[in-house]
Amino acid sequence: MSNSGTIEWDYAPAPERIRPDISDEYGLFIDGAFVEPESGESFKTVNPATGQTIARVASAGAADVDKAVKAAKAAGGKWSRLKPTERAKFLFRIARRLQECARELAVLETMDGGKPICESRDVDLPLAAQHFFYHAGWADKLQWAFPGCTPRPRGVCGQIIPWNFPLLMAAWKIAPALACGNTVVLKPAETTPLTALHLARVFQEVDLPPGVVNILTGAGETGAAIVDHPGVKKIAFTGSTDVGRGIMHALASRDVPLTLELGGKSPNIVFADAAIDQAVEGVVSGIWFNQGHVCCAGSRLFVEESIVEPFVAALRERMGRLRVGDPLDKNTDVGAINSREQLNRIEALVACGQEEGAILHEINDDPLPKRGNWHRPCFFTGVEPSHVIAREEIFGPVLSVMTFRTPQEALRRANSTPYGLAAGVWTDKGSKVFDIAGALEAGVVWCNTYNKFDAASPFGGCKASGFGREGGRHGLRPYLNLRSSGA
Amino acid sequence: MSDRLDIIKTCKLFIGGKSPRSESGRTIPLSDSGGRVLARIAHASRKDARDAVDAASAALGAWRDSTAYLRGQVLYRWSEMLQSRRGELVETLQATTSMRVAAARKEVDASIDRVVTMAGWCDKLDQLLGCRNPVAGPYHNHTLARARGVVAVFAPSSPALLGLVTLTAAALVPGNTLVVSVPTEAALGAVLLSEMLAVSDVPPGAVNILTGPREELLEPLGGHGAVHLVLGSGLAKGERTTLRHAAADSILRPVICLDLDEAGFHDDAQAASPWLLEGLVDFKTIWHPAAI
Repeated sequence: MSNSGTIEWDYAPAPERIRPDISDEYGLFIDGAFVEPESGESFKTVNPATGQTIARVASAGAADVDKAVKAAKAAGGKWSRLKPTERAKFLFRIARRLQECARELAVLETMDGGKPICESRDVDLPLAAQHFFYHAGWADKLQWAFPGCTPRPRGVCGQIIPWNFPLLMAAWKIAPALACGNTVVLKPAETTPLTALHLARVFQEVDLPPGVVNILTGAGETGAAIVDHPGVKKIAFTGSTDVGRGIMHALASRDVPLTLELGGKSPNIVFADAAIDQAVEGVVSGIWFNQGHVCCAGSRLFVEESIVEPFVAALRERMGRLRVGDPLDKNTDVGAINSREQLNRIEALVACGQEEGAILHEINDDPLPKRGNWHRPCFFTGVEPSHVIAREEIFGPVLSVMTFRTPQEALRRANSTPYGLAAGVWTDKGSKVFDIAGALEAGVVWCNTYNKFDAASPFGGCKASGFGREGGRHGLRPYLNLRSSGA
Repeated sequence: MSDRLDIIKTCKLFIGGKSPRSESGRTIPLSDSGGRVLARIAHASRKDARDAVDAASAALGAWRDSTAYLRGQVLYRWSEMLQSRRGELVETLQATTSMRVAAARKEVDASIDRVVTMAGWCDKLDQLLGCRNPVAGPYHNHTLARARGVVAVFAPSSPALLGLVTLTAAALVPGNTLVVSVPTEAALGAVLLSEMLAVSDVPPGAVNILTGPREELLEPLGGHGAVHLVLGSGLAKGERTTLRHAAADSILRPVICLDLDEAGFHDDAQAASPWLLEGLVDFKTIWHPAAI
């Protein structure tokens, strides 16, 4: 400590040191084993924070998809007839094993996807384990979940997941499918395949019967081959609205049940009577959690006009204290952008916002790492409802700030979007909370909080954000055929 | 034989609580089994479909935001109107389907009872399908079963009356508003239903009825940006395909194709089941901190 100047309390680097056991190459996980792809093709997966290749991963072609679907179908009979409590016990085992190896998987998730270790450690992994633990308990209670009906599994479920929460999305999709007695062919995203493959190792370790879950890595064509396979009896997709729309078209001539969890442009409404400090924190986690790579990110902020100046000042101040950098550092708040392609898209949209006349606020001037994909958290003021940044999903750490004068105006503008995934409302007035939450067109409404998730809480949207729910009792329904017991 | 000339009803559409002709001016003759023309049915056009969606959108706030208790009473009043015109419904069904009188009575009675059953669902469905979710944190978290919005309904040609009544009443229960496409064979009953709906305190526009071949309505209704859900029964494979393609455009909407046959429609366990109704609601999950 010196007597002369101010004290420098800068953070020392605090890197996570545990290293997962990463292979150089990964095959496809089919029928309980890692196998070479029939396609003979593979691709590399890259650490977006360093640009370094982590491993090579097999690319599944149509023949591999066929093999996986056949394995899933073959496993389905025995799995669906297994005593439900035994099925539950497999899921409980998976949950426990995930908890045991949580730290290694969190590090792997961060390496492969770029998200800060504090998030993969404290959010992704605990929630992934919870999804298995929660759904395990449903396996032997399905008839009580749907009284008057005899629930039956659908069969082979094709599941396609995105790169923003790779392991969590895998758990979120696989757990309810298995609990309901289905078998699975899952395709993780092209840029983040590793944690799903390590989840496959977990399945091996807990002796999950071969074929019950098959994991195929690959790009869009692999996903399309799963959607097109006649043996697949249910499709669940999380990803972009455009791809979701394509899947709906692809399935139009078949009676295959479909659930879609797609994009969003979620409004976050702050009233003047809100607890301002808490609202600022909520807005921060709403948009800058996971670099804004969140389908339900609160990317449109509506602040009541009377408080906009102090609110924006507080937001600037808070944004300036976010630490951007090495995702494996435990002090990092904002990690790497998942891919070069996504970074290009974010940069193009930010440039578009400036061209359209909105004012960019980007005050965090810490030097960014030289290699890898980075984008500082930022927000725009002076945003008009017609601006592209106010309408299109950016899927990055970019917030559009707008104002309103009356609750009616806030609602009208909040709902004026094709999307309907999530929404936030901040006010300390109870009746206003329920009034606004009731009128917001969204599947999930966070009141005086944001970006909260739980295996017991149904998640999903309406309008261009898709349909169907995942999590909770409601998330079981898409994985079951219900026949009335009397019929 | 009386020398008095009968009044022959002009069958029209039902849009926004009014009974317009099709803007296209088209009609289709509907004959009984002997080939005698019973009525000329309005042949709804794409423009009629768009007008009907506008009316349903305008009525959505009033119906969706009414109390569940009130919706139940309105549906029950509809059943009262049906009961008072039971004889006419039986006659119409007989004339248009060549059913025997006993079968026609059975279907009419089942239709009236179906509306009564659905009326009772209005203030119970949310209790059964919604819930409080035990999340792992200090939050109050609950899921509500709410209206989806505007529903495009494609009624089956058989059972003509019971199918139409079941789909209409079911979609009304959670507060949806409807545009119902009714095939020509079932149109005469639909005209009667619309007259009863008009005096049942159902807000104008909450149910809109389009009669005539549905072929040209599949795309405009299935793909309309203000339609939130498509519900149909008795749809052919090609029709399902068309609807699903249409529903994937603009905002997305699910397409529910019920596979209920005649016996299924008569079976309360299937046709009045909360699990059928579940598809007609949207779930909204609300979080709020519950600790200070």
